[in-house]
Amino acid sequence: MSTAVVTGIGVAAPNGLGTGHYWAATLGAHSGIRPVSRFDASGYPARLAGEVPGFVAQEHLPSRLLPQTDHLTRLTLYAARAALDDAGINPGDLAEYEMGVVTASSAGGFEFGQRELQNLWSKGSRYVSAYQSFAWFYAVNTGQISIRHGMRGPSGVLVSDQAGGLDAVAQARRQIRRGSGLIVSGAVDGSICPWGWVAQLASGRLSDSDDPRRAYLPFDADARGHVPGEGGAILIVEDAEVASRRRARVYGELAGYAATFDPRPDTGREPGLRRAIELALADAGARPAEVDVVFADAAAVPELDRQEAAAITAVFGPSGVPVTAPKTMTGRLYSGAAPLDLAAALLCMRDGLIPPTTNVTPDPGYRLDLVTGEPRPAQVRTALVLARGEGGFNSAVVLRHAI
Amino acid sequence: MSTLTMTDLTKLLRACAGDAEHADLDGDVLDETFADLGYDSLALLELSGQIKQRYGVALPDDAARVTATPRQFLALVNSLS
Repeated sequence: MSTAVVTGIGVAAPNGLGTGHYWAATLGAHSGIRPVSRFDASGYPARLAGEVPGFVAQEHLPSRLLPQTDHLTRLTLYAARAALDDAGINPGDLAEYEMGVVTASSAGGFEFGQRELQNLWSKGSRYVSAYQSFAWFYAVNTGQISIRHGMRGPSGVLVSDQAGGLDAVAQARRQIRRGSGLIVSGAVDGSICPWGWVAQLASGRLSDSDDPRRAYLPFDADARGHVPGEGGAILIVEDAEVASRRRARVYGELAGYAATFDPRPDTGREPGLRRAIELALADAGARPAEVDVVFADAAAVPELDRQEAAAITAVFGPSGVPVTAPKTMTGRLYSGAAPLDLAAALLCMRDGLIPPTTNVTPDPGYRLDLVTGEPRPAQVRTALVLARGEGGFNSAVVLRHAI
Repeated sequence: MSTLTMTDLTKLLRACAGDAEHADLDGDVLDETFADLGYDSLALLELSGQIKQRYGVALPDDAARVTATPRQFLALVNSLS
């Protein structure tokens, strides 16, 4: 069976546009969480967000794409191009059916959709953009990457909230094993617009704090929900042999994956996360003792933090492995969060530095070795990334250092 | 309405579908096909919506299919106005 490796990373994150800016900010514990600027959120119960700074679409996209793309699709196209450049890939040099695109999404192009629905209700159907037909849609980012870069191989979109970011990358690995040479994967997600905001508020999981340093505190006794953000990462996944033939720089291997589903909430049965971790480790052929760091889902909802800490300590023992949540600097990016964590884990392997969890004073009751305050030097050869989606999704990916 | 000109059409196209990918719209493109200019059927559907909004001219649903070039498109709009 062929091995799937990551050879390119493109990042659009609230604490940095571009992989270099994001990683420097993350190691420097610089947060991108601020009062919402994309709309007037002052009258809403949640007023903070992680917004990607300094993105001017006209600088990155041809004008033909501007009328037909949501903000998040534009960020996706930026990140996809950055990831291809990082991998040293010129798609025009490759066979179009050898390359596919598998991304994840939780909401599609929500802001675009809101604008066109407002046009529909206030002015009439003639005023709705023809591009609404696809610009709002979950699969739009996959489609636009595919069209822009001429990639006609196996493609798709995964929709399982936060877990989708890992499910997409796992699907990319499947397609590599089935014979594709290259899959553009990962996700850039978010919906910071009034319509998206009320949809997120309905989860009951958003923090109502106005203090960016106290709003999103996973595994802290003061945990009070999360801050939503926008952004994520696009990853270039290749067959290891293909990558090796072209002497590509390899960040790491997608060594293991598993997804489980939680039992119904009122059954009293154990949530599925522990099993997802164990199955992903088994898939990678790795023992728990080999894992050097865990990137946590970090819900910052006390019951969910308890579930996650219980799953981690069940597999690794109390304080048995360093755990971190750099998403405390970006907010939760829905399906974009886990691909960004995969990027951070791969950069962590490269640089020997585990990025910190910011602002959090760990509640000792969780018995986690949480990396807080500043980066921790460590030789990281195997990393575990966790993502849980609202509605019961649990996914886990094991990354292994490139040999 | 007054006659729709290529200058009007150029402005509308740029506003609703972005600049042509494969040619300069300010050049002599009257007889280039929309496809060659890089505008797909959705771009033309969007253009039809703008024509209806701004000029009150309702184009038939198959306008995008039966007008291959800007010259043909202008002729159709002006014949209906």
